[in-house]
Amino acid sequence: MTATAPTAAQPAPGERALPPAQRRRRARKVKDDTSASAGPGWAVLAWLLTLLFFAPVAWMVLTSLHQESDAATNPPSIFAPLTFSNYGAVFQRGVSTFLINSATASIVSTLIVLLLAVPAAYALSIKPVEKWTDAMFFFLSTKFLPPIAALLPIYLIVKQVGMLDNVYTLVILYTSMNLPIAVWMMQSFLAEVPKEILEAAQVDGAGLIRTLTQIVAPIAAPGLAATSLICFIFSWNEFMFAVNLTATVSSTAPIFLVGFISSQGLFLAKLCAAATLVSLPVLIAGFAAQDKLVRGLSLGAVK
Amino acid sequence: MTAQAMTAPPTATMSRGLRWRRRGPLMPALVFTIVVTQIPFLLTIAISTLHWNVLQPGTKNFLGMGHFTSFAGLANYGTVFTDSRLRAAVLNTIVLTVAVVLISSLLGLILAVLLDRKFPGRGLARTLLIAPFLVMPVASALLWKHALYNPDYGLLNGVVNWVWQLFGAQEGPTVDFVSQFPMPAVVAALVWQWTPFMMLILLAGLQSQPGDVLEAAKIDRADGWQTFRFITLPHLRQYLELSALLGSIYVLQTFDAIYTITQGGPGSATTNLPYEIYLTMFRKYEYGEAAAAGVVVVVGSIIVATFALRTIFSLFNEETSR
Repeated sequence: MTATAPTAAQPAPGERALPPAQRRRRARKVKDDTSASAGPGWAVLAWLLTLLFFAPVAWMVLTSLHQESDAATNPPSIFAPLTFSNYGAVFQRGVSTFLINSATASIVSTLIVLLLAVPAAYALSIKPVEKWTDAMFFFLSTKFLPPIAALLPIYLIVKQVGMLDNVYTLVILYTSMNLPIAVWMMQSFLAEVPKEILEAAQVDGAGLIRTLTQIVAPIAAPGLAATSLICFIFSWNEFMFAVNLTATVSSTAPIFLVGFISSQGLFLAKLCAAATLVSLPVLIAGFAAQDKLVRGLSLGAVK
Repeated sequence: MTAQAMTAPPTATMSRGLRWRRRGPLMPALVFTIVVTQIPFLLTIAISTLHWNVLQPGTKNFLGMGHFTSFAGLANYGTVFTDSRLRAAVLNTIVLTVAVVLISSLLGLILAVLLDRKFPGRGLARTLLIAPFLVMPVASALLWKHALYNPDYGLLNGVVNWVWQLFGAQEGPTVDFVSQFPMPAVVAALVWQWTPFMMLILLAGLQSQPGDVLEAAKIDRADGWQTFRFITLPHLRQYLELSALLGSIYVLQTFDAIYTITQGGPGSATTNLPYEIYLTMFRKYEYGEAAAAGVVVVVGSIIVATFALRTIFSLFNEETSR
């Protein structure tokens, strides 16, 4: 965003004063991997900690593949025979309905978020409105309000309009939950479209639609994909609104998990199967978006 | 602000029509956000000034949403700050948030520093490390409660028992983590979940270090620790601030883990404010008190958020002024 150069002279109030030299150095930030190589001890320590952190996930998947009788032993039976029967049992208990509700809430809300966020991001980056930073920070500030404080009025309003236990109630709430993240992410991606190209297109007489579809879209496409994956992750995992605003018809996957343990008898292997199954879509989405994950998690602040 | 610098025609000379054409694409998102996020909070503030218990409905109508007894003024806030349960919840929230954020930041920093060097399988290690953050929070809470903490067949006790038996003992000691150490049990599960978040932000910070400065340090014969202490840490400061502040905001809102692992118990040993608000709302049906506690949480979040926004603002300005 070289066009903003004039502002560099007058740092904004919140900014820590950086010496100009450091500022220039930051600007020459090296993008490619220049990290030093590590010795064998370093590698062993890194892998040890990694495996320690990953162990609970590995244990969850392994337990989901054990018979119930092998799952609840002490000491743990690591090498017990494997089976997929727990996953069958989870489907028999009707996880499909919950997965469909989760998918509906996550996918529809993500689509609406993109529909609202992309034009907004355009108006905040490529053809910015006046006071566009104020608008950005308004979006961001809504993300900092704890949803629990809004739960009571939302519950009362939803009850009054007869939309309790309706998946589209979750769609609306998830849209508002993810919209600020999407606006910030898309703004940062669209801001990377070089001004020179846009100007060149204008000179060549390309209309708005042509500029958008042939120049902006290809450059912003990876960003759009990452943004939608992150919105999907947050909606899929949401619990607080889902547990308080849905009942029998439109409950989502996390509610299935919580209801799962009320049953008696051995359930650990089936619980792990259910936990693995409902986490799988997000694990896949997260691994696919991992290079852009940090930008979404830091609301676009860190690239 | 920056807006003037970027727009081709200065805003002053822009016609009304053009200004609105520019605002057009922004409006749907802005209006949606204002309606869905701001109206409920205004209602929360309104409800916090009412005596309203659903089990003893009054005669006054609240916008057709129910009947309250009388106006309470600030009485509900008095209850929030004097009621021992709510005070305990405030304390628990602080303990939980500070512990989780501090420990996960520290672990995240260690992992980020480790992953900042090239070693065989580094990409795979990073992918595996993100997994705890991606596992559905409710699933990970259940996993910790049943598969790891369970005194009879949980992995933690199982491993202790196995090691004890290796050394010839009959049976290892059994610890019922959730009832004996409820708060550390919740903290550990949340630390596990949030460490990847911290690590990702700090790793991004480490990798944005200007290479020439590190090289200069090497030429000056600074050892690894000196380089870390005097170059890397100061550079990382704003990333540490950002991850800790964002982490605080999210951990402050923790609901899934409490609901699943301890139900706020034993007693109210792990009841944090979001869970206490939930209980006040849907177990005690004290709407006025729940709303007042909600306002208190919002105020607390705003205090943390002010600092977070300042950090994001400075990073954001650095980006735009490049």
